[in-house]
Amino acid sequence: MAANTQRIEVTLETLLESVDLAESITMRIAEAAGFPDEEIHKIGMAVREGVINAYNYGNQQDRQKKILMTVELAPENMTVKVIDQGQGFELTEIPDPLAEENLLRTSGRGLFLMRAFMDEFKVERGPEGGAQLVMIKKLPHVLSDNHKHQSE
Amino acid sequence: MALQGTCRQLGEVTIIDFSGKITLGEGSATLRKTIRELAEGGQKKIVLNLSDVDYIDSSGIGELVSGFTTVRSAGGELKLLHLTKRVHDILQITRLFTVFDVQSEEGAAVRSFK
Repeated sequence: MAANTQRIEVTLETLLESVDLAESITMRIAEAAGFPDEEIHKIGMAVREGVINAYNYGNQQDRQKKILMTVELAPENMTVKVIDQGQGFELTEIPDPLAEENLLRTSGRGLFLMRAFMDEFKVERGPEGGAQLVMIKKLPHVLSDNHKHQSE
Repeated sequence: MALQGTCRQLGEVTIIDFSGKITLGEGSATLRKTIRELAEGGQKKIVLNLSDVDYIDSSGIGELVSGFTTVRSAGGELKLLHLTKRVHDILQITRLFTVFDVQSEEGAAVRSFK
């Protein structure tokens, strides 16, 4: 971790309330990092979906298990990791929610929303074998700098 | 804010004015219960007015889809009215605009039933 990277780590109970709590913490950090309102909303929602995934599918609502969330603010981006204590999974195993045959499914859209709302999204294997969802968003000044360079 | 729904009747059409968030837990459960009760009560023309719903997550989306199929299985139709920008955007990126009949004007929504 670079010296100018700030990091917080939160251990969440496998409870429904943890979903709102994780969203709220992340939105505050995104606000402090200077993201505009709509981006704060998207980051909060992506994290919400990540914790719902850990609560429902990873930890299977097992109160004995924990959800670890880390948020890192580096000079160029904000990275949120949500790690559960489940069995882990591969993204390729997940049905495409946009496929015609899946449109009427009542679940399976959370991972899609995380990917849609963040700049980068990946699923890794966590240190204890569960899923580690990694969500990265470029900081606003990076986007505006890129835009300036493109205009020059 | 917890989801609240108020039903009103316009002829054969039931309009439910929802306000709050449709999210995992209470919000999704309220939506499910409301639609199920209407479907079980034989109501076949249902409009969900979402003008005061500015937040929906994947659980809420799943519940909307479930409500849609529940009403359709009972021989009815469920339509959406007055989507806020955020709910509109979510339905658009999830391609659910191709599933739901989304209306922007109440009179047109009522008249659109067969």
